[in-house]
Amino acid sequence: MKNLKLKIFSISRTLVVFLLFNILILSCGQRSTPVEDSIQDQVLYLGNGTEPQDLDPHIVTGVPEHKVLLSLLEGLVVSHPEGKGYLPGVAKKWEISDDGKEYLFYLNENAKWSNGARVTAEDFVYSWKRILLPTTAAQYAYMLYVLENAEDFNKGKIQDFSKVGVKAINDSTLKVTLRNSTPYFLSLLVHYSTWPVYKPIIEKFGEIDSRGTEWTRPGNFIGNGPYVLEEWKLNDVIIVKKNPYYWDKDTVSIKEIRFFASDNETSEDLRYRSGMLHYLNTIKVTKIQSYKESYPKQTRIEPYYGTYYYRINVTKDELKDKKVRQALSHAINRKEIVEKVSRGEQIPAFSFTPPDPVNFYPSTQIEFNPKKARKLFKEAGFSESKKFPKIEILYNTSEGHQKIAEAIQAMWKENLNIDVELVNVDWKTYLDRQKNLDFYISRAGWIGDYPDPNSFLDMMLSGGGNNQTGWSNLEYDNLIRKAAEATSTEERYKYFDKAEHILIDELPLIPIYTYTRVYMLHPYVKGWHPTILDTHPYQFLSLEP
Amino acid sequence: MVGLIFNRLLVAIPVLLAVITITFLMIHSAPGGPFDYDRVVSSEVMQQLNQKYNLDAPLYEQYFDYLSNLLRGDLGPSFRYPGRTVNEMIFSGLPITFELALYSIAFAILLGICFGSMAALKRNTWLDYLPMTISMAGICIPSIVLGPLLSLVFGIWLGWLPVSGWIDGIPESKILPVITLGTAYAAYCARLSRGGMLEVLGQDYIRTARAKGLSEFRVVVFHALRGGLIPVVSFLGPAIAGLLAGSFVVETIFNIPGLGRFYVQAAFNRDYTMILGTTIFFSFLIIIFNLLADIVGAAMDPRVREDNSK
Repeated sequence: MKNLKLKIFSISRTLVVFLLFNILILSCGQRSTPVEDSIQDQVLYLGNGTEPQDLDPHIVTGVPEHKVLLSLLEGLVVSHPEGKGYLPGVAKKWEISDDGKEYLFYLNENAKWSNGARVTAEDFVYSWKRILLPTTAAQYAYMLYVLENAEDFNKGKIQDFSKVGVKAINDSTLKVTLRNSTPYFLSLLVHYSTWPVYKPIIEKFGEIDSRGTEWTRPGNFIGNGPYVLEEWKLNDVIIVKKNPYYWDKDTVSIKEIRFFASDNETSEDLRYRSGMLHYLNTIKVTKIQSYKESYPKQTRIEPYYGTYYYRINVTKDELKDKKVRQALSHAINRKEIVEKVSRGEQIPAFSFTPPDPVNFYPSTQIEFNPKKARKLFKEAGFSESKKFPKIEILYNTSEGHQKIAEAIQAMWKENLNIDVELVNVDWKTYLDRQKNLDFYISRAGWIGDYPDPNSFLDMMLSGGGNNQTGWSNLEYDNLIRKAAEATSTEERYKYFDKAEHILIDELPLIPIYTYTRVYMLHPYVKGWHPTILDTHPYQFLSLEP
Repeated sequence: MVGLIFNRLLVAIPVLLAVITITFLMIHSAPGGPFDYDRVVSSEVMQQLNQKYNLDAPLYEQYFDYLSNLLRGDLGPSFRYPGRTVNEMIFSGLPITFELALYSIAFAILLGICFGSMAALKRNTWLDYLPMTISMAGICIPSIVLGPLLSLVFGIWLGWLPVSGWIDGIPESKILPVITLGTAYAAYCARLSRGGMLEVLGQDYIRTARAKGLSEFRVVVFHALRGGLIPVVSFLGPAIAGLLAGSFVVETIFNIPGLGRFYVQAAFNRDYTMILGTTIFFSFLIIIFNLLADIVGAAMDPRVREDNSK
C-alpha cells in the first residue's frame, strides 16, 4: 500500500513538472514576428555584426560603427542609393575649380542639428580640425591628407590649422583646397571620418581632442542625420528614431531602426530565419548554396570593392626570388577556389585593384598554368633533387580562411610538390605577426575605403603601414605619386595600370579573388540596391509588403 | 562559524592577488595589443594612444598603478570601447548574467532533485534507469550543441520561442537560454541527489522514522531529503560560480548581453583592463559562492558544524 502511494506520489510529481514545463512552452504558441509586424510599425531590424566601439565618427574605424553612424550623421554629400555618384547632403551644391584643386560647397540653410541649430561651414572646419589634431589620435585622419597641409598638421610639422585647406567663408560657404587634383574627393566625403560633429556637445563633455567622452550616449548625442540616437544597450541593440529636424525628413519613411550586435554568425542567422531581422549581415560559407535554393529571393550576392589575397613576406630567403612567387601564383586554380571552396560567386582575381567596369579595369592577367609554374620553379633553382623548403600559410581563425588555405596547400603540393604548413592563430596574434613580418605567407583581405584604385594601390608604397610584405619598388612609388598629381582621369588610370603590372609581375601579394557581398535581405525592404561599397543610406529605404 | 568565514576571507586575499598578478603578466605577454587593427595604426597615432592609456610606462609601474586604482574600486577604462569604464561594463552585464544563472540553477535544482530522488526511491526500475540515462546525456551534450539545436526546433521549426535575446517583458525569450545552461547542472544534481538519497535511505534514523509509523511522504520529504541533499548543496557553490563564469557560451549562442560575453570578447580584443576586471570579479564570485556553500552545508549537517567549531 505504502509502495503504491509512493509510486503515485513520485509519478504525479514528475508529471506536474513536465506539465508546467509544457504549459510554459505551449502558452507561448505561434507568435507574429517583429518582421511581420514591421510594415505596420515601420521599424527596420538590422543584424549589425560586432558591438560598435563607440559612435564618435573621428575615433571609430569599423563597419558596424559605419552602419549606425550612417543613420545619425551626414556629410557634405550623400551616396546615391543606386551607387550612381553623389547627391546633395549638407551641401546643396558645389563648384570645382578648373584645376580640380578647389571646391566651394554651398550649405543647405535647412540642414540642422538634431537640437534644431543650423549646420554651418564652421562646423566642418571644427570637425576636420578635430580629426586632424595629432592629440585626437584618429586612425582615419589620413582620409583628409588630400587637403592642403593636412598631413603636415596631423604629423605635428605645422601647428597653425589656418594653413590647412579648409575655410568657412561664411555660415553657408565652405572652401576646400586640395594639394592635388583629387578626382575621388567627393567619395571621401561619404566616409564618416569627414562628417561633422556638434562643437557645443563635444566641449560640454571634454576638449576638442578628447576620446571616449559621454557625448555619444543617448540623450547627449546631437547629430545631423536622418535619425537620432534613442537607446544603446551594450552588446545588445542600438535604437535610432526619425529625426524631426532632418532637412530631407519627407524622404524618410522608416520610423525606427534597430541595430542588433552579434559576434556569432550562427546566432544572427537563426535570428534572421525566425523573423527577428530584416537583414542578415553575412551567410556562412557552408550555407550559401542551400540558402540560394531555399531562399532565392532573399539571398543576395553582389559585387564588392575588395580583394582576397595572400601576402608574401619577401624578406624571407625562400620567397625573395620573384620567380618563386610567380610559380606559387601560377599554381593556384582560382576558378576552382571560387566555385568549390568560397562558393559566393566571387570573381577570380587578375589584379590587386578589383575590376570596376564603370571606372578602372586593370589590363593585367594571372593565369592558372601549372606547367609554367614548374618551369619558373626550376629556373629559381628548385627541382626533385633540391626540394623547396617547407613554408607556412598564416591565417586567423575562420572556417572560410581555413578551407581556402587547405585548397591552396593541396594545389601547391600537386602542382609544385612543396610542403606547406597551415598556421591558425587568433585575430590579434595574426595582426601582430603580420606587423612584425613574422610569417611566410599570410591570408589578407582589403576593402576599399573609397571607390578609387588609389585606395588599394597606395597601400603597397614603400614603407607603407599596410604594406606588410617587406616589398618596395621605386618605380612603383613614382607611378603612384604621378597618379596623385595627374590632371586627367585617363592619365591617372594609365599610371595605376602600370603600377598594377609591376605588382602582378613582382607579386609581393598573390590576389585570389574579388569579394562579393553575400547576405540576406527580407523582401519587405525596398530601395536597397547593390553598391560596391555596400552603402545603403537609410533615408531612401522603405518597408512595404 | 564566524571563524570559518574569517579564515576563508583571509585566504581569499593572497588568492586574488595571485590571480591579478598571473592574469596581468599573461595578458601583457600575449602577442598583439589592444590597438592592433586590420588597418595598421601609424606610429604617431600608436604613440598617442599608448600615452593616453599609460601603456608607455614600464610594466611594473602599470601593475602598481592598476593595484592602487583597484584598491579605490576603479577597474580602469576599457581599451576596446572608448568612453566605457570596466566598472560600467561589468555592472551593465552582471544583472543579466545573474538572472540567467539564477533561473538556470533553479531549473537545475528543481528538475535534478525530482529526478534524482525518484531514481533513488525506485532504484533499479525504469524510473531509475530512464532519468539516469537522460541525465548522462544531459552531462554529455555541451551547451554549444544543445543551444542551437533547441533554437532550431523551438524557434525555427515550431516558431514557439524567440531564438535570441534576453528581453524584459518577454519571459519566453528566457526559456531556451535557461534550459541550455541549466541542463548539464540539472543532470549533475540528479545524479548527486540520487547518490545522496541512496546513502541516507539506508541509515538508522530513516528506519527509526519508518518504525515510528511516519508516512512514506514524511519520511522522504522531511527526513531523507535533508540528509540526501547535502552533496547537492556542496555542489551548488561551485555550480553557481561555474554557471556565472561559464555563461559566456550560452550568452554568445543566444546573443544575451551578459558579462560572460564581455569576458570572452575582452580576451580576443586584448582589452587588458576588461580582462583583468572580469577575471578579478569572477574569482571573487567563485570564492564567495564556495564560502556560501560551506556555510549552508554546515547549517544542514551538524557534523560539519562540529568539525569547524573544534
